Amino acid sequence: MSPTTTAGAERLLAAAPGTTPDLAGHLGTHGPLAVPPRDDPEWRAGMWRAVAESGLLGRGGAGFPAGVKWDGIRRAARRPMVVVNAMEGEPASAKDRVLLGHAPHLVLDGAEVAAAVVGASEVVLCVADDNDRAAATLAAAVAERLRAGTTRCRLSVERPPGRYVTGEESALVGWLDSRSPLPTFRTDKSVPLTVARRPVLVHNAETMAQVALIARHGPAWFRRMGTPEAPGSTLVTVSGAVRSPGVLDVELGTPVADVLGRAGAAAGLSAVLVGGYGGAWLDPSLLGTPYAPRALAEVGATFGVGILVALPAGSCGVAETARIARFMAGESAGQCGPCVFGLPAIADDLERLWAGRADAALLGRIEDRARAIEGRGACRHPDGVVRLVRSALAVFAADVRGHARGRPCPGHLAPTVLPFPARAVAGARRAS
Amino acid sequence: MTARQRIGVRLRVDPVACDAYGYCAELLPERVTLDEWGYPIVDGRPVDAEQVALATRVAAECPRRAVLLEQVLVDR
Repeated sequence: MSPTTTAGAERLLAAAPGTTPDLAGHLGTHGPLAVPPRDDPEWRAGMWRAVAESGLLGRGGAGFPAGVKWDGIRRAARRPMVVVNAMEGEPASAKDRVLLGHAPHLVLDGAEVAAAVVGASEVVLCVADDNDRAAATLAAAVAERLRAGTTRCRLSVERPPGRYVTGEESALVGWLDSRSPLPTFRTDKSVPLTVARRPVLVHNAETMAQVALIARHGPAWFRRMGTPEAPGSTLVTVSGAVRSPGVLDVELGTPVADVLGRAGAAAGLSAVLVGGYGGAWLDPSLLGTPYAPRALAEVGATFGVGILVALPAGSCGVAETARIARFMAGESAGQCGPCVFGLPAIADDLERLWAGRADAALLGRIEDRARAIEGRGACRHPDGVVRLVRSALAVFAADVRGHARGRPCPGHLAPTVLPFPARAVAGARRAS
Repeated sequence: MTARQRIGVRLRVDPVACDAYGYCAELLPERVTLDEWGYPIVDGRPVDAEQVALATRVAAECPRRAVLLEQVLVDR
């Protein structure tokens, strides 16, 4: 994914493209931000209200209201800690690295505001160990702030392993707490995760940058864009059959077709991948759907993290889906039986289907297994694969029928479009 | 809780702890079946009152302590 940027809503990516602004440049672009030098209960309450009234939804995939999350943490008995999740394990996503390259201080502003509101004295920024560039940018921005002496809390950069599941919040917190980067089974997800028994507020890097804007301009300004239930703008990585792949800042609720149009999408797409590799394929007839969580859910898709991949006309959706399923099976944390055995079994069948070697029971078997593994993992990793596979069987139904009858579509031998990290590709070569 | 409700229990499985021993499905087939790999698929509805003792045994005898009993409000 080339970390380029194109014009859009211009809220988060307002700084000049191609350069990483220093603290002075950042303040010149976005204006000053006052976090009181000492604890100020009135400021904390006011800022919490501003974030709650802004209606900001987390940008890391779950789309949970930030204000509700903060309220749980600020009432905790022990001093909390703030974690910024910039792991970006989705292969088709570049939004967090573009944001960190473009506006690291905006992310740090938001993290410091969040820390001040919930009463945290420590912020940990997590960047995957295979993303040295983003980590270096962030470390430089942190050092600059420490020199300027304006930072009230401790800031540090951590480098958890760059695997798909490490970005899942319980896995990330598990790594920080005990170097165990595995999702944990939680009976009650409203109970905060902890590091060294301290409750942790985890937000995606983009969510923090949005907080920094709300802290400057207020909730009414934030709500000037977007929809009443999904206010503001959002970063989305657009790739595939588009002239200018890259990261856009778009108003929530913009029709998917318009977002694709801004990136110069080709005509006659066969489908669009929305939300990531645990997301869904969107049928070309539904490209008028507003790019917002509820509208996408209503057509069986998901907002997930901001990803749109345009699949060009003539490509094989079965091939793309089989490759995603194989990748996701390999990215399982390996803890839960239904995920460990179910994902490879589904990937095996999808590869047979891709090659036109399906037996008569294959499609029914995929559907049965999808139903069997759904909701049975400690995390949502298997559920994401189930959603994606089901959407593939529906959106590519005509091609699927041909493949199942031993007559694969003409595109099935063409190179696939979706990107995979080098480690996964190398692993597949060793295995074959 | 209203007069028309009582406290019941339902089963849950910790999928990380579970190692597919399968005792749960043997003891309480009314609520637990096994998938093709031997891992339990639990019917999340409350256990019938006369089977609560059995459900407690299922949780206690799981070698991996992967079966949890969750208290829920049930209509009488």
